[in-house]
Amino acid sequence: MHEVSIMEEAVRMAVETARASGASRILVLRLRVGTLSGVVPEALRFAFDVVCRDTMADGASLELESIPAACWCPGCRAEFEYVDFLSECPRCHEPSGELRRGRELEIASVEIS
Amino acid sequence: MCKECGCGLSGDVNIGGQAQERGHDHDHDHGHGHHPGHEHDHHHVAQQGAGRQTVTLQRSLLEKNDRLAEQNRGFFRAKKLLVLNMVSSPGSGKTTFIRETAAKLAGHLRVGVIVGDLATDNDAARLRTAGIPVVQITTGTICHLDADMISKASVQMGLDELDVLVIENVGNLVCPADYDLGEDLRVVLLSVTEGEDKPLKYPPMFHSADVAVITKIDLAAAAGFDRDLALANLKRVSHHARIFELSSKTGEGMKAWLDFIVEQHAAVKRK
Repeated sequence: MHEVSIMEEAVRMAVETARASGASRILVLRLRVGTLSGVVPEALRFAFDVVCRDTMADGASLELESIPAACWCPGCRAEFEYVDFLSECPRCHEPSGELRRGRELEIASVEIS
Repeated sequence: MCKECGCGLSGDVNIGGQAQERGHDHDHDHGHGHHPGHEHDHHHVAQQGAGRQTVTLQRSLLEKNDRLAEQNRGFFRAKKLLVLNMVSSPGSGKTTFIRETAAKLAGHLRVGVIVGDLATDNDAARLRTAGIPVVQITTGTICHLDADMISKASVQMGLDELDVLVIENVGNLVCPADYDLGEDLRVVLLSVTEGEDKPLKYPPMFHSADVAVITKIDLAAAAGFDRDLALANLKRVSHHARIFELSSKTGEGMKAWLDFIVEQHAAVKRK
């Protein structure tokens, strides 16, 4: 349930960016959310509507890009997708604790006017 | 500014969408009408996209916390302190486990505790009664501890008197996974009464843990705990984690854990 504070930070960054660019409205907010980020997309959307109210982002749309988790296999020098919580390389069957993607929780871009 | 991690501030953002320059309106008073060779579509584009621009940010939404966590880490390193961030669901035995750990290390290592809960200082009171220095953070409605809270609580704690700082996080297997506090080790607890599939249900937390502790093993038989299945699930999600099985109540399995803490503390001291 920390989606609200995450979303507050996203809107805060967007507003700061819009102000710095002399814009008065935020039209679109794009976030990248890893599948292992621990954040629930539906809860983010719900929080977005609440958090945007009475800000420059009122009425903006939210675009979420889901980033599938992937591990790095040092032996095979290749990435593999982290499926079903199994961090085992499908080529050499060695486990890997090195997560390359999947924990992202980022603001990618904003559209402002 | 580093564009990938977002370190630095928003001063020099990348502005994409340069092509969508501010449009201009003009009247048709310059002697030509609409004809195929001279389309005025720029007019419409301008209206539609008047001043509209895309600004690329690529900043972590946790950058503020991550930065503070790194500051905490540097501070703890300088104090030669071993810091544990202890996470689990509510009721898996964190407070009792910490109390027993501190009691059994007494005379060797001095342990202090920062406790996070939504409300009450019951956990702090339990630890204080046992003579353990403790600072309670009540988070109100916040479901996790963050690096800023730890930084403030550390000041109250008096870290110079300590060798090990244990942070008892809010009982929650979801949100604390995202918040680095500046700890050396993240320790996740799983009690035998919770079900063997906890690691599969909460993979971000279990995957991020350095140590996994199965607690309340004295109740294993009563709870019908399938040890092999639990270990298989743990190894599947957190295969890189050190695993301990113990009972804070009977003391079974505690020695291996305490030896591990002593060894980890020595490693921090050497750094």
